[in-house]
Amino acid sequence: MKSRALWGIALAVGMAGAAGAAERGPVTYAADINFAEDGSVAESLTGKPGNPENGAQVLAQKKIGNCIACHQVTALKDYPFHGEIGPSLDGVGSRYSEAQLRGILVDAKKTFEGSMMPSFFKTGGFIRPGIGFTGKPAKEPLPPLLTAEQIEDAVAFLMTLKDE
Amino acid sequence: MRRKAFATAALVALGLAGPLSADPVDDKLIVNGETELVTHTKAPDYIDGLDEIWSGWAFRAAETRAIEADDFDNPGMIFVEDAEAVWNRVEGGAGKSCASCHGDPSSMKGVRTVMPKYNEKAGDLWSLEDYINDCRVNRMQAEAWGWNDKDMVNMTALISVQSRGMPMNVAIDGPAKPYWEKGREMYYTRTGQLELSCANCHEDHYGDMIRADHLSQGQINGFPTYRLKNAKLNSIHARFKGCVRDTRAATYKPGSPEFHALELYVASRGNGLSVEGVAVRN
Ligand code: HEC
Ligand code: HEC
Repeated sequence: MKSRALWGIALAVGMAGAAGAAERGPVTYAADINFAEDGSVAESLTGKPGNPENGAQVLAQKKIGNCIACHQVTALKDYPFHGEIGPSLDGVGSRYSEAQLRGILVDAKKTFEGSMMPSFFKTGGFIRPGIGFTGKPAKEPLPPLLTAEQIEDAVAFLMTLKDE
Repeated sequence: MRRKAFATAALVALGLAGPLSADPVDDKLIVNGETELVTHTKAPDYIDGLDEIWSGWAFRAAETRAIEADDFDNPGMIFVEDAEAVWNRVEGGAGKSCASCHGDPSSMKGVRTVMPKYNEKAGDLWSLEDYINDCRVNRMQAEAWGWNDKDMVNMTALISVQSRGMPMNVAIDGPAKPYWEKGREMYYTRTGQLELSCANCHEDHYGDMIRADHLSQGQINGFPTYRLKNAKLNSIHARFKGCVRDTRAATYKPGSPEFHALELYVASRGNGLSVEGVAVRN
């Protein structure tokens, strides 16, 4: 109760930067990344091509990329519940280059400003980061949402999604 | 909206549509065949991001909506009955029960519609839970309940039911204003490793599916809610905590100053929707 009351006073005198306000550290990634102007990333994060079959799992599995939480993907129709937040990924391999897709996966906000899509290779620069889904505070740098290998696998899978 | 229609059409084509339905259902919620609740109305003019407001009820499956429409089917009402017993139970050094001072629970009519509100004497924003604990500690000389204790959540349900059908009407001006502004800032702050704000899901994408979940506007007029998922009543702050945690963020504590401010702001987004008095959700 005491801390509540104190907080009330802080508020009354016009608190500016207290909890919840945008305090964040520098943006970091799990490795050095060269983004092109358009947000694309030319170089493979692992130095080798990804495995599209593993990439399909990255998109479909809740515990990995969980991409279908937000995207519909016809090729993954055996996995239930595709979301409607982002565009369908059908034909995405025809719409974008490999470098662009890699860039979207590393940090979609570099390609689509303010995107709701998470930045899968980002490790720092978050507001109130937590340890996974525990709700407990975490120290940056965090492990990225996807490893370099998982991102390359996902890119390889996305490249197979061509327009008929 | 065009994109959404397309995505839904694609899902239908895949035969995945099943229970998926994009938009809120424009159905009437009439409880016990007599009390009609407002589940859809014009948004308050101070909410820039919304034209219309919808109760979370309108986003739930037909079976779930039906359960809320009948108190005999609504398992949340069992907890209201439990709270009635506690209302009359003498506890604490003063030898009093809630009933000793307040008489019948119906004396609480209207209380829920203005919560949370600024309390002059305390000089702070108080939720219904704070008022309940103030009575327990200072008038009954009984122990304070924890924010999410069963007795606490049940008591907020009993008190909410007394306002069933009345419009939510929290004050956002005067001394409440700095809290409201703080809550608004929180609502639009993208937290956690997923960098998601309340607005990302509940303003920009209500009506859309996020995996198996049909996103509502995240309104709190129905709270406390009975969730089929955990078979008990759930407080507003417990729900907030879950949603913040799901952004892979460090959460705030139920009862924290931050959640008080957020509660006021979110409540104000639903001003005009009826108090549901034990909503049913999945
Ligand atoms: C929380 C929601 C969310 C998640 C999770 C998500 N995305 Fe996205 N994604 C979006 C949104 C929204 C866009 C549209 C870009 C924009 O305007 O913000 C997008 C755009 C894209 C695009 C460009 C599509 C086009 O046609 O322009 C690709 C490719 C993509 N996402 C792939 C993925 C992959 C692969 C994953 C998982 C590793 C993923 N997304 C996870 C929300 C999400
Ligand atoms: C990643 C998406 C996401 C974010 C971000 C999010 N929520 Fe939710 N929220 C959900 C889902 C899914 C549900 C359950 C379905 C529904 O009612 O929308 C839900 C439910 C709710 C409910 C219950 C509504 C009812 O009728 O029972 C409230 C209240 C709520 N959210 C508030 C918030 C607030 C406040 C924030 C920000 C602190 C927030 N949410 C952030 C996804 C989210």
